[in-house]
Amino acid sequence: MNFVRAHVLVCTGTGCSSAGADGIISAFEEQLKKNGLDEEVRVVKTGCLGLCAKGPNVVVYPEGVYYNYVSAEDVPEIVEEHLLKGRPVTRLIHGDAEDASKATNLTDTAFYKDQVRIALRNCGVINPEDIDEYIAYDGYAALAKVLTEMTPQQVIDEIKASGLKGRGGAGFPTGLKWQFAANSPGPVKYACCNADEGDPGAFMDRSVLEGDPHSVLEAMTIAGYAIGATEGYIYVRAEYPIAVERLKKALEQSHEYGFLGKNIFGTDFSFDIGIRLGSGAFVCGEETALMVSIEGKRGEPRCRPPYPAVKGLFGKPTILNNVETYANVCWIINHGAEAYAALGTEGSKGTKVFALGGKINNTGLVEIPMGTPLRQIIEEIGGGVPNGKKFKAVQTGGPSGACIPASQIDVPIDYENLTRIGAMMGSGGMIVLDEDDCMVDIAKFFLQFTVDESCGKCSPCRIGIKRMYDILDRITAGQGTLEDLDTLEELAAHIKGNALCGLGQTAPNPVLSTLKNFKDEYVAHVVEKRCPAGSCKALLNYTIDPAKCKGCSACSRVCPADAISGVVRSPFVIDQSKCIKCGSCMEKCKFGAISKG
Amino acid sequence: MKSLEELKALREQMQSKMNVRKDDNETIRVVVGMATCGIAAGARPVLNAFMEEVNKRGLKNVQVTQTGCIGVCRLEPIVEVFVPGQEKVTYVKMNAEKVPAIVAQHIVNKQVVTDYTIGAAE
Repeated sequence: MNFVRAHVLVCTGTGCSSAGADGIISAFEEQLKKNGLDEEVRVVKTGCLGLCAKGPNVVVYPEGVYYNYVSAEDVPEIVEEHLLKGRPVTRLIHGDAEDASKATNLTDTAFYKDQVRIALRNCGVINPEDIDEYIAYDGYAALAKVLTEMTPQQVIDEIKASGLKGRGGAGFPTGLKWQFAANSPGPVKYACCNADEGDPGAFMDRSVLEGDPHSVLEAMTIAGYAIGATEGYIYVRAEYPIAVERLKKALEQSHEYGFLGKNIFGTDFSFDIGIRLGSGAFVCGEETALMVSIEGKRGEPRCRPPYPAVKGLFGKPTILNNVETYANVCWIINHGAEAYAALGTEGSKGTKVFALGGKINNTGLVEIPMGTPLRQIIEEIGGGVPNGKKFKAVQTGGPSGACIPASQIDVPIDYENLTRIGAMMGSGGMIVLDEDDCMVDIAKFFLQFTVDESCGKCSPCRIGIKRMYDILDRITAGQGTLEDLDTLEELAAHIKGNALCGLGQTAPNPVLSTLKNFKDEYVAHVVEKRCPAGSCKALLNYTIDPAKCKGCSACSRVCPADAISGVVRSPFVIDQSKCIKCGSCMEKCKFGAISKG
Repeated sequence: MKSLEELKALREQMQSKMNVRKDDNETIRVVVGMATCGIAAGARPVLNAFMEEVNKRGLKNVQVTQTGCIGVCRLEPIVEVFVPGQEKVTYVKMNAEKVPAIVAQHIVNKQVVTDYTIGAAE
C-alpha cells in the first residue's frame, strides 16, 4: 500500500453531476497520472456538500480547501499548482462575500460555520459507494451496539429520550411510533422507509440516499430489531436514479459484510431490505398510499385508524419513517440520546435539514439546530436575496405548507413556533420569495400541483381543490370578486375537515396562509385589478412616459406584436389592445421611459 | 462479519486510510515546501521519502502535505513539522537522507533533530 498524502473529493450528487462532475473526475485522474501523482493523491466520489448553487464542488484534503464552479479545464491548474506545488488556486476558492481570500477551509465559510451536520454527517465526507469508508466513520457501530448490548425496549427508550420527531413533515415522535409497533402482537412486522420525496423544492432525502445510503440501511435494521421485524422496504422514487443506484450498491455491500441477512453479528436477529420504486405519484408519499403501492396495487390512501403500527403493510404492524429521520438514528445510538436532546429547543430536539431554493444566493442543503432564527438561515447561511431585491416571504413545507412573511423573520424555526405562526415544518423545503413574487400566483402554483397530483379517491380533494384553483385563476386574470375570497376560505375549511388523507387536508394551506398574511395583495387583484408584484401578466400594463421618451423607435422595432407606434423623435405610444405584455420594450428602452404597473 | 472485534479491526484499518480527511487536534503535520524554489532544490525526493517512511512505519495520525514558497528560498528544501501542542519546527536544506532521522526522532519520539533546524543553519 502506498502512502496517500492527499484526497480530492468531488461531489457527485445530482446537482454537481448534472454540472459535469464526471468529466472533472476523469480530468483529475488523467492529470494526476501525467504529473506522476496518481499513487499519492486519491480522487474520491462523494455526496452532496450542500452548496449546490456553486457546483461542481471539489474539496482537497488535508487542507480542506473548498473549490467552487470547477470545470474540467481548471483541473490541470489545480493539479500542478495546488497538489504539486502547494499553492491553492485562489480564484476558484469559495469565499463568502466580504473576505474571499481567507475562507479557504470548508468549515470556516459563513455557509458552513453555523451548521450542525448530523443527518448529513457523512455527505460530502465519505465515498457513498464504499462501505469501508462508512465503517471508518463509525458505520455499523450503532447496529453492533444495539444487537450485542441493548434490548429492543432499550433501543426504543433511547430514541424516545432523544426527542426525535418524524422529519417527513408531520413531526410525530419517532420513539412513540416504534413503541406502538413493538406493542402490536404478531410474528410478522415491517420496518419501512419513505423515500418518496415529492414536495417541489425539497431534496434532502435524495441527498442523504446519494451521499450516505448505508446510514439509512443501518437505521432501518435497528428499527427492525426494536419493533421485532425481520423485513423492510425502501420506497424510493424512480426519478432519483443516482440514489437508487447507490442504494442498490449499498445493499449488496451490506449483504456481503453480513450487516443484512441471517444472524447479524452472530445473534439470532435476521433482517433484510427490499427496494420498491415509485413512479412519481405525489400521493404515494402518504403512508397508507405508499404501503398499498408496495403491495402492488394502485397508490390510493385509506382511512386511519387503523394506523400502520397496528395494521400496515400486507395487514401487518409496520413502521414507516422518512429518510432524514432514519439518518439521525445511528448518531443517537452512538452519541447517546442526551447529546441529541441537548441540541434544539424545548419541544423540538436535534437538527433539521432544509433545502434552500428560490430567490436566495446559496441554493443548497443546510442542516441547523432546531430553533435557529429564520433571519440567520436567509441572511447568513443562505447568503441573502440576490440582486439587492427585498425579501418578501419564505414558503416552507411545499404544497402542504405555508408562507412565513418577512415580518416574522426573527421567528426561531422549530415545530412549535412554526405552528404558532400558522406555518408548518413540512419536509424542509424552503423557497425564498422576493418582491417580484406575487403571493396569489404562488398559492396558485401549489394548488395547480395538488390538482395534478390528487388521486381522485375523495371528492373534497378531487373537486374542492380544483374549484379553489379556478377561483385563483380568475383572480390572477383580474376577474375575481371580494366574495371569491370568502368562498376560498369556506372551501378551504371544508376540504381541511373532510379530505381523506394528508394530501387533501393540507392542500388549502398555501392559500390560507397567503390570505392571512398577504390579504392586501388579493384585494389589490380583485378591487384595483392590479398585481402589486408585477407578476400577473393579465393585470400588467406597460406605458411610455412621454416626458422621458426620446422617440428613438427601439421599442417599436423590438415589439413582437406591433403594438408600439409613433413618429421618430416624438413620444411613442403602446396600443394596450395589441400588447402581449412580454416586457421586451422595457428591456430595450435606454431612457427608462417604459414602466409596468 | 460476525463479531464486534472484526468490525473494530476493520474500522481501525480504514481510519488510518482516511486520516488525510481528518481535522482534529491529534494529527501531526509534515509540510514540505514545494514551490519552484523548493522543487529546484530537491523537495520532491524529500516529500517522497517522508511518505515512504511514514508508510513503512504504519504511522497513524500523520499527514504529509505540500505547501508553496515558505520565504527563505536559499535554505530550501524546507520542511515544517507541526506536532499538536508544540511549537512548529522548521527543518532546512533537507534531503532524503535526513528524513528517516526526523521521522524516528521527532515524529515518533517527539525529540526535535536540532542539527537540521533553521536555528542550527543560521
